[in-house]
Amino acid sequence: MAFMEQSLSETGVAACASAHVSVMGATKVFDMPDGAPPVNALGPVTFDLRRGEFFSVVGPSGCGKSTLLDLVAGLSSPTEGHIHFEGAEVRGQVPEGVAVVFQEDASFPWLNVFDNAAFGARRNGLPENEIRARVDHALAFMGLAGFARSYPAQLSGGMRQRVCIARAMVLRPRLMLLDEPFGALDQQTRLLMGEEMLKLWRETGSTVMLITHSIDEAVLLSDRIGTMSARPGTFIDIVETGWSRERGSETAMDPRYGALQSQIWGMLRNESLKALGLRV
Amino acid sequence: MNEAALTVPAPRRQSVALAMRRHRVVLLRCLFIIVSIAVLELASRLAWIDPVSFIPPSEMALSAWKLLLNGAYRDDMIMTLSSAAMAIVLATTTGFLFGLLLYKLPRLRRVLDPLLLSYYAVPIFVLYPMLIVLFGLNRWPLIMLGFLFAVVAMAVNTLNGLERIPTVLLRTARMLRMGRVQEVWLIKLPASLPFVFTGIKLSIVYSFIAVIGGEFLLSGTGFGYQIAFAYNNFDNQTMYGLMLLLLIFVGTINLILHAAEQRLYQRRVLREPS
Repeated sequence: MAFMEQSLSETGVAACASAHVSVMGATKVFDMPDGAPPVNALGPVTFDLRRGEFFSVVGPSGCGKSTLLDLVAGLSSPTEGHIHFEGAEVRGQVPEGVAVVFQEDASFPWLNVFDNAAFGARRNGLPENEIRARVDHALAFMGLAGFARSYPAQLSGGMRQRVCIARAMVLRPRLMLLDEPFGALDQQTRLLMGEEMLKLWRETGSTVMLITHSIDEAVLLSDRIGTMSARPGTFIDIVETGWSRERGSETAMDPRYGALQSQIWGMLRNESLKALGLRV
Repeated sequence: MNEAALTVPAPRRQSVALAMRRHRVVLLRCLFIIVSIAVLELASRLAWIDPVSFIPPSEMALSAWKLLLNGAYRDDMIMTLSSAAMAIVLATTTGFLFGLLLYKLPRLRRVLDPLLLSYYAVPIFVLYPMLIVLFGLNRWPLIMLGFLFAVVAMAVNTLNGLERIPTVLLRTARMLRMGRVQEVWLIKLPASLPFVFTGIKLSIVYSFIAVIGGEFLLSGTGFGYQIAFAYNNFDNQTMYGLMLLLLIFVGTINLILHAAEQRLYQRRVLREPS
């Protein structure tokens, strides 16, 4: 286990150059309408994402996990602090090489599966034969090869989420941000989707940051797990799992799996009680 | 009959049954229209209703066909259609832009909301004298009447469509680093298209109602005026002939729009066949 929470310091700035993503002292405060007091949603948060790692963030509801992902993605700007992706500052604009998969179904209902998957690549102006090759590969990889001409309304929730992952995959992102992408799926589909994500991560070599409520999912999939406190969310601890890159469902048989689960839950229990407004 | 004779036509019977099931609603609709026309024909022929006031539908059809062939009302038809078409183009474009503006400016929307809600409580036709003063004694007051009747329906439907776009699609647009114009063209417009299309459909219907109604009550030319003229001169053959032509025309437009709308919705809501 390594405690990674750091203050904004000289060492942090130096680390930014080597890290794939570097978050330094990021906070997010939301102004409320009608004179209500502002909400301090996040931070300060300081951590790095190493190139090619699978990093998960777990925390109680409303602790600012998704806000953190929005900041890293460039979908919103931090109130204070800095975020760097590949050495360049991210501030309210999604950098090239970053893809996000959201919890909600983000497939375009007016496009078929193929056109959905090709959407981002077409926007980037790739040649059509290159797009076709990438989309065919992504759909086959996600088990959607037979559904290229189907529309999202004809697919199950899990398949639609796979369409969204395929769309991200076609972009060949160097950083993949997953905002509880399996949150709306049943347990079996979640497990299978988790395995798909591991396959995808191994194949692409992207850095992955996964936001999840599920301790099991975080422990099974990740190289490191960041555990967040109740709002305003900060990292209580960042835990190394020590799994090999070839991990999968069988990892759950490893005795360390249960120990890691207990360790994470031990940190989260009090925070979850706080988030629910219950006495610790 | 041997067993083969019983089994061979089964697939054909199944496909006919499937086609019948699929088209049952359309068949029932056609049946309803045919039965209604037949009842009216009988009622008029057997003098259950006054055959002078209400001529049999077959005579209406004959009269409509003659009117279409002799071309006496061609100019009026063209006048009405072109006025309605201009009102539709104006209403759909202005209504779409107005809807977009209300979506972008929530404060303006809050100010105008009650006015928009009560808009259709105003009898638009009372504005005709004012429109004559503004636009002169020509076809423009009628076009403006059609425009005013349709524009708010288009704006409200556009606004509804834009408001119902799931936030995640807009976030996806940002994730894909799309510009504002691309976002409107590639995400907002297709995402809100079913509502926008309903707005277009209503604009077409309302424009026709306003233009033909305006001609009927207030104008000296056009299809509506000729129906009113025939009515005032007890020329029932012409009046019903013109009315039937109008019904067929407006009905056909509506059926085409309905079919297009269904096609649009079908892609978004249809499920895998069991």
